[in-house]
Amino acid sequence: MKDKVKLAYFLSGGCGGCDMAIIDLSETLVDVLPRLDVVFWAPTVADVKYKDLEAMADKSIDVGLYSGMVRLSEQEHVARVMREKCKVLIAYGACAALGGIPGMANMHTKEEILQTVYFDTLSTDNPDGIVPQTRCVVDGKFELSLADFYGHVRPLEHVVDVDYFIGGCPPHHALVGQAVLAILEGKLPPPRSWITNGKAVCDVCDRNPAVKGEERELIKTVKRTSDGAPEEGRCLLQQGYLCLGALTQGDCGSLCPKVNIPCRGCGGPIPGVKDFGLRAIAAIAASLESEELVGQIPSPVKLFFRYSLPASMLGGKIK
Amino acid sequence: MRDWKPNIVVFACNWCTYQGADLAGSLRYVYPSAVNIIRVPCAGRVEPEFIVAALKNGADGVFVGGCHPGECRYKEGNHKAGRIFKLLKTVLTGMGIEAERVRMEWISASEGKRFAEIMAEFCTAIERIGPNPIRRKYNEGQG
Repeated sequence: MKDKVKLAYFLSGGCGGCDMAIIDLSETLVDVLPRLDVVFWAPTVADVKYKDLEAMADKSIDVGLYSGMVRLSEQEHVARVMREKCKVLIAYGACAALGGIPGMANMHTKEEILQTVYFDTLSTDNPDGIVPQTRCVVDGKFELSLADFYGHVRPLEHVVDVDYFIGGCPPHHALVGQAVLAILEGKLPPPRSWITNGKAVCDVCDRNPAVKGEERELIKTVKRTSDGAPEEGRCLLQQGYLCLGALTQGDCGSLCPKVNIPCRGCGGPIPGVKDFGLRAIAAIAASLESEELVGQIPSPVKLFFRYSLPASMLGGKIK
Repeated sequence: MRDWKPNIVVFACNWCTYQGADLAGSLRYVYPSAVNIIRVPCAGRVEPEFIVAALKNGADGVFVGGCHPGECRYKEGNHKAGRIFKLLKTVLTGMGIEAERVRMEWISASEGKRFAEIMAEFCTAIERIGPNPIRRKYNEGQG
């Protein structure tokens, strides 16, 4: 066991929730911080620049955590630099591992997104029709540059080789604690695998009929979360609220079903599932009672591929 | 695209559609050579991943053939397959793949003629809508 583990952290296209999950470690963080040497944590925590990271020797950092998906040229650049500098690179959180919520943008073209954001929204005031440019010259002499906005969202794995994946939006702090301890003790699983307890959300859910020795029935209605209130303690899926807990990693301890919200799959696919969304389609459709119910599922693409669209086999809308 | 010929993948249930295809052959019914049959134990065995993998690897059309309702050897495999296929089709359409590109039919072992007819019909439909857009996307190097 080494005395100090060098850590680099980069917040890419994510929202910063994954950074918060590390802060949420609370007492665990107090214990592990003296053994962590944070050499790079941009842009949220440490005051380091990209050039500082670029100047470090190759493979000089023990562990790199990359949170957020890759959409900009700047994010791709840092991903490549992190891969060079880090011995172990971890796709940390749903965005880095699968594409995450921002990955649903793959259902739209770059042009559609720019049109909505810079022209169509009610709050937009853009009479000159200005859209982001990668280069522009101010006052005739200052050349400014801006990162290129790519046509689609990619998970980290599509850009560089990734050693481990941690799911969750954000990852549960208990799982982050386990992962940090595993890193410190050098007890990581085989490369290219998910850091997980390997159980599905249903496995750890108190509502699971199997846990209570009840028979599982076919689903008779399809409900949205806004339709009525679920019965206390009874499986959400059995009541018609489409819950994807059966194929999601349950490192969260089934947090959402506990508070009446069906699982949407942020934890990532359980081992053996290659394409989360497609498998979810099979799982949910097979448990419906009739074919008519299929047509009642609201906005199925964004339900089944909510966190995993860029990492899925199709990767987004075919344009 | 003058020299383009469609490439069609057919997932055929071992107990009905596959036997139907066999019968079509024995009775010398002609169906398009673009059809590539993959035998599966039941239509319910066809996972959405199989269909998408076929499309991604260059199939212009994917067909799933199962037993008529109530005739499944495994009781309800074809009913399950029907629901899964309907949901997958909705999702694929939402993702920009034409609805005509994927099709499911119930064809029994005795319907050799019907198998040949449906294959010809499906092939014509695919020829009309043209090559698979995913293939186009990959050929242009945007994948």
